[in-house]
Amino acid sequence: MEYLLFIVSDPAAPPYVPEEDNIEEWVADLESRGVARGGNRLRPVSDATTVTVRDGKTILTDGPFTETKEWIAGFDLIDVENLDEAIEIAAKHPMARFGRVEVRPVWPFE
Amino acid sequence: MTASDSGPTATEVNLVLASVVASERLRIVSTLIRYCGDWDLSEDCFQDAVARALAVWPTRGVPDNPGAWLTTVSKNRVIDALRRASTELTTFRRYAVETEIDGSADGNSEGSPMGERSLTADGAPDDDRLRLIFTCCHPALAMDARVALTLRTVIGLSVQETAHVFLVSEQTMQKRLVRARSKIRDAGIPYRVPPAGLLPERTSGVLAVLYLLFTEGYSSGSGAELVRAPLVEEAIRLTRLVAAMMHGSEQLPEVLGLLALELFQHSRADARIDTAGDLIILEEQDRQLWNKGAISEGMGVLASAEAERLRHGGAVGSDQLQAQIAAHHATAPTAAATDFSRIADLYARLARIAPSPVIDLNRAIAVAFAEGPDTGLKLLDTLDGGRHLAEYHLLHAARADLLRRSGRFADALPHYVRALELAPSDPERRFLQRRIAEMRRSH
Repeated sequence: MEYLLFIVSDPAAPPYVPEEDNIEEWVADLESRGVARGGNRLRPVSDATTVTVRDGKTILTDGPFTETKEWIAGFDLIDVENLDEAIEIAAKHPMARFGRVEVRPVWPFE
Repeated sequence: MTASDSGPTATEVNLVLASVVASERLRIVSTLIRYCGDWDLSEDCFQDAVARALAVWPTRGVPDNPGAWLTTVSKNRVIDALRRASTELTTFRRYAVETEIDGSADGNSEGSPMGERSLTADGAPDDDRLRLIFTCCHPALAMDARVALTLRTVIGLSVQETAHVFLVSEQTMQKRLVRARSKIRDAGIPYRVPPAGLLPERTSGVLAVLYLLFTEGYSSGSGAELVRAPLVEEAIRLTRLVAAMMHGSEQLPEVLGLLALELFQHSRADARIDTAGDLIILEEQDRQLWNKGAISEGMGVLASAEAERLRHGGAVGSDQLQAQIAAHHATAPTAAATDFSRIADLYARLARIAPSPVIDLNRAIAVAFAEGPDTGLKLLDTLDGGRHLAEYHLLHAARADLLRRSGRFADALPHYVRALELAPSDPERRFLQRRIAEMRRSH
């Protein structure tokens, strides 16, 4: 079953400590399990462009679709056995400690 | 309906059926869910089978093995429903139900009887009922959804009865249950007893739900009745069942700890309410009314919990500690003879492994009984700083009580008043009103 992990910043979380960021270890674990289906970090929201089409007109907005202090900093698509395995992987991501990880099941079209 | 001369009466059928449903429902429904993956369908088909039994048994007689009869009829209903739906997925599921259940249908079709434990490859207990319980109590579900699912699917309350426990409408409860089941299915919550690595924390999760069921029955939120006996007894029955199914597991000591705790608390059911339905505090209860059988069973269960713990070499868990505290209260000949300094020590140990402001409060009360109200009041002052308990009626009631014990009635009064404002149940409010009247008379 596929899950998309949203890696989310959280201003209330403990401050980021570069020495405790073990993301390489995490990626290696994903690879060795053979569950990684692609993922990356994302440029900050200041580089975002929001696209809306209304009455045939394309409207562009500088910034994210909603102003919030929490923003998506990255994503990972994983294909695992069940929610417990997805939770285990999410909990090992360094950003689970410095931010938060939202686990969303992928809903395939039939 | 005409029963033949030798056939059972409707009353006999009802009695047999009620007892078979009580003993077999969980086993049958949990097995159907494992094979067909559809919770609603499994429950509906079991209900259909019960209705069928009511219609057929009075004329054809009660079958030799009523549990097996209900299993077969429920299973056939599931197969029929899946055949009617007949998509690729349901065909696959129907095949699974037909082969798997038929394969185990000779003799005892519902798995191993109580007392005989089989284990999965992970070393986890292999029992569909336990799979269902762990799935209902999965931490990815909201706590109220876990409790609602457990009441509905594990204990088998109707939606209406489940709604009543939560004091919400039937419609609200139905939505909550549908949402919880959708999440189990769509988010990929596995139908299993968790593997060894997850078992300790997930078992604590199950015990938390069981204890919530128990306390919900004991001091029903804002309800008028103080004890809902059937719910309390269901919670104890389910805790016993979990203990039986987890026999041999390293988690067993905690399950037994919870069972002992529930037995000790329930032993006071007849003593904690007077004839007018009012609350009687522990200290003023007539200890002759305590259920001696429940207390001695609790002591036995607590001793096995400790023996099991020593066998596995684990640390004492929070449920065991709470049961030990309850054991001191349950076995003290009088309130004055209670070993409060030992109880205060146990609360201190409990606070180290499961820190909580409520535990700190209870420790302060035990210290007050052991060393005098002033020491207790000083401890309460240190708790107030945390502000976690500012809205907790028992903090204010405890402070008022300690002031009353040291003869400071005028000082006690405003704290009783605050406790009264926050108290959640009618009997507790009446108790506090009596205390307030006493304080007003005394100064």
